[in-house]
Amino acid sequence: MNSPATSNKENQLMSTAEESSRQTNRSEPPRDQHAVGGHAINTVGLHAYYGEVHAVRGIDMTFAANEVTAIIGPSGCGKSTMVRCINRMHEEIPGAWAEGQVRLDELDIYGERVDVTAVRRLIGMVFQKPNPFPTMSIFDNVAAGLRLTGTKADNLRERVHRALRAVGLWNEVKDRLNSPGVGLSGGQQQRLCIARTIAVEPEVILMDEPCSALDPVATLRVEELIDELKERYTIVIVTHNMQQAARVANSTAFMLDGELVEHGPTTEIFTTPKDERTERYVTGKFG
Amino acid sequence: MRGLLLAATLLALVPLVLIIYYLLKKGLGSINGSFFTSDPTGSFFGSIGGVRSAIVGSIEIVALATVIAVPVGVGVSLYLTEYGKEGRFSQLVQYFVDVMTGVPSIMFGLFIYISLIITHVGGNFTAWKAAVALALLMLPIVTRSSEVVLLLVPSSLREAALALGAPRWRVIFRVVLPTALPGLVTGSLLAVARAMGETAPLLFTVGSATALTYSLGQQMNTLPLQIYNDILSPRAVVVAQAWAAGLTLVVLVLLLNVIARFISRRSRIA
Repeated sequence: MNSPATSNKENQLMSTAEESSRQTNRSEPPRDQHAVGGHAINTVGLHAYYGEVHAVRGIDMTFAANEVTAIIGPSGCGKSTMVRCINRMHEEIPGAWAEGQVRLDELDIYGERVDVTAVRRLIGMVFQKPNPFPTMSIFDNVAAGLRLTGTKADNLRERVHRALRAVGLWNEVKDRLNSPGVGLSGGQQQRLCIARTIAVEPEVILMDEPCSALDPVATLRVEELIDELKERYTIVIVTHNMQQAARVANSTAFMLDGELVEHGPTTEIFTTPKDERTERYVTGKFG
Repeated sequence: MRGLLLAATLLALVPLVLIIYYLLKKGLGSINGSFFTSDPTGSFFGSIGGVRSAIVGSIEIVALATVIAVPVGVGVSLYLTEYGKEGRFSQLVQYFVDVMTGVPSIMFGLFIYISLIITHVGGNFTAWKAAVALALLMLPIVTRSSEVVLLLVPSSLREAALALGAPRWRVIFRVVLPTALPGLVTGSLLAVARAMGETAPLLFTVGSATALTYSLGQQMNTLPLQIYNDILSPRAVVVAQAWAAGLTLVVLVLLLNVIARFISRRSRIA
């Protein structure tokens, strides 16, 4: 049941893979016109390992298009690892590997012919600690995604400005686009990193505890931003903070010891969870 | 205890101060207008000339050695930090780099002597062979210092770039290297300073010459060898000139160190 959008996306991933293996110039379909209607992610029997450690133990789960899905659970439950499998960042850690499927619409991103850099362009990631590039200005930080992926963009300036507006940073930085990105406050840096991620125009944004290094005001600002972004992107957010999950997420998943305990609409998870372990966790009895 | 440590510190300073004192006292007198503008004559009578050819030779040879050693050294350290990680092969390379750091410098000269000079590869004694010997000496220093600096580049930056969909080689050129650049330059300059003052690798590679030449394909004069030869001279003015040449060398090396420090202070990491 391939929708037209899906097969398009599939071609794009595949053709990039083929081209890069032939070492030819990459030519991609223009991606400025953002596809209407987002893309869903499905994991099927996803396992992840760090050497001998079995961190994620068979997760089947759906992240609905244009929704915010929060993943909660105690430290070490595998929620960050699981999210890092979705854009294949997990395998960057020496000795780490994953098995099973992660499907963007119908395409398995762990498929043999899939180009891993193309996967990451479509599935962006925002990290726990703001990590702007220290050698780059505010402008260059946002442009970095385009330059680092070799994307030829005639309207680079416009795309950078648009990304900065989208994260609500434009008014704060428009007069100092050439000053270093690391000169911003922590909250601004994190929004800069989100701008950098969306400048590449991904379909999905993964956020790994994006507010844990921020103060409450900056956290609130990022949460508002997440709410705005879901109109265009599918968002997965890992969080330690249950209030945050309750505030931003359409659906929430509870993970424990590498397994998915329960996944449902956020209000249900927090008010009438089906599993006893979920109830004990959300009511603060453990974790 | 404190007094004891202070005494030890002062004791360590004594030779340093004495070296600078003697260099200035014995060397300054011979530095005049023609010192930097004429070449040593090597004759037993009349004018002794200056050390221009030695300065030119030292700078050219060390420059070529740097051009060889820095890209290779940084390349090796990039392999170790960005690709090799904790693999068996990487550990072996690291071990050999450490061993090479400890090899006496005369061994590099000997190695070039038996591999390039007695085999008559591209002539007999030539300056570029001395540069290769110095490059071998610099290689482990550059590799070690670069590796330390590259490891200081936070892995979160690599992750950020990879997560944007960048291929690893672009992450290295656009993110890792620019971030580490001040430290890489500092480490390389310290290696350059070290090579500049080395005498042993030159002894049987560069040959002997006093005349000015800019060609690395010929024998060349160098500051360390000029000093080495002059200090043995029976003529007092030549010995005095050796001190002046020594002072010149120390100032050159000092300058490189100062530049290295200045650049490392501008570093954005650590």
